[in-house]
Amino acid sequence: MSKHQLDARRLLCPMPVIRTQDKVKTLSPGDILEVTCTDPGVLSDIPAWSRINGHEYLGHTENHDEIVVTVKVGG
Amino acid sequence: MAKQHKAVALISGGLDSLLAAKVILDQGVHVEGINFYTGFCVEGHTHAIRQKDKSKPKRNNALWVAEELGIKLHIVDVVEEYKDVLVNPKHGYGANMNPCLDCKGFMVKKALQWIKENDFDFIITGEVIGQRPMSQRKSTMPIIARESGADDLLLRPLCAKFLPETKPEKEGWVKREELLDISGRSRKPQMALANQFGFVDYAQPAGGCCFLTDKKYSDRLVDLWETRNDKNYELDDVMMLKVGRHLRPKPHFKMIIGREEGENKFMEGYRKQFVHLRASSCMGPLVLIDGELAAEDEALAAQITARFSQGRDENSVVVELTDKTGVAKLIAVKPLAENGILEEWRI
Repeated sequence: MSKHQLDARRLLCPMPVIRTQDKVKTLSPGDILEVTCTDPGVLSDIPAWSRINGHEYLGHTENHDEIVVTVKVGG
Repeated sequence: MAKQHKAVALISGGLDSLLAAKVILDQGVHVEGINFYTGFCVEGHTHAIRQKDKSKPKRNNALWVAEELGIKLHIVDVVEEYKDVLVNPKHGYGANMNPCLDCKGFMVKKALQWIKENDFDFIITGEVIGQRPMSQRKSTMPIIARESGADDLLLRPLCAKFLPETKPEKEGWVKREELLDISGRSRKPQMALANQFGFVDYAQPAGGCCFLTDKKYSDRLVDLWETRNDKNYELDDVMMLKVGRHLRPKPHFKMIIGREEGENKFMEGYRKQFVHLRASSCMGPLVLIDGELAAEDEALAAQITARFSQGRDENSVVVELTDKTGVAKLIAVKPLAENGILEEWRI
């Protein structure tokens, strides 16, 4: 299991979801991906995308205008 | 045990593609969704930018549809490839800059490529005969099937009974008698079907899911192409056409004026790429200059900026003008009178 970061700042949905999806394709089950975003739409879209595609949404943190969402890659 | 066949459904996030996928899922076919992001999708962007929309719950309707159906959704970035569809549409444009027929053919072609790469059997769309004046007519449906290369691998479950049998029907992968015969612009059959399936809270955007069907947006795009004398564009250009008030006081520059806090904040992220102005002696919007602002234009640009500031009724407003290197200067101007903003400047 390893931890990875992705910068999706200034991108508007669905681009952060597409970038997350493409990054997850390169990772292994159990890996953790932290995605830094500025579009609050990710708070709805990345959990929905995770549920649909069998990944685990671990939550988010907010710091000023930046949101970090965390996803655990599914099997 | 019989093989379970696999279909990919084009999911826009609207009701028709939801219903089409549901009809095929209910026949025991394995369905996954595919959603193409062209840069012009209405989904999300405007809601994300404008402050007044922030009280509304945000959702991506394509993801919502997939979750309702319990299927996977693959979102594909086609921004670069889509440029050729928009700039050189073989079948021309619709009422605005919407190349609907070429667009649908392009998406089906991409879906065909996807099913080959992923070992799926056929493609489904939510098209309905007579639903859209350009792409969804009985005469144009064979064009999409033929020009995309999908031919009889393209099934339209909502109006299949009006169309020739496709391979999934001929081979018995799906039962033709359980497909539908919806036609026309009325939404009532789809709404009744949604009710029957128990779908509520589905999206029904007026004008569809694409900014290119919007007149104002299309006017801005044409203006961009004409003034640059080049139809090429970047995703940032497409985004900026969705934001703010656009005024073109002179042929060689356009002013993009934030209308509220959400837009100003969004535009802040772009300001280093543009000459920009903002009132400094009072509150006012961020203004980006697209094009070349000559020295003799600076006073006019500052007056317009002041017009949209809270100091619009003052005798003098100080405006800060910053060039692309970050060098700023202050200009004191009398705000332009209300009738000084000419109607022909508005895009």
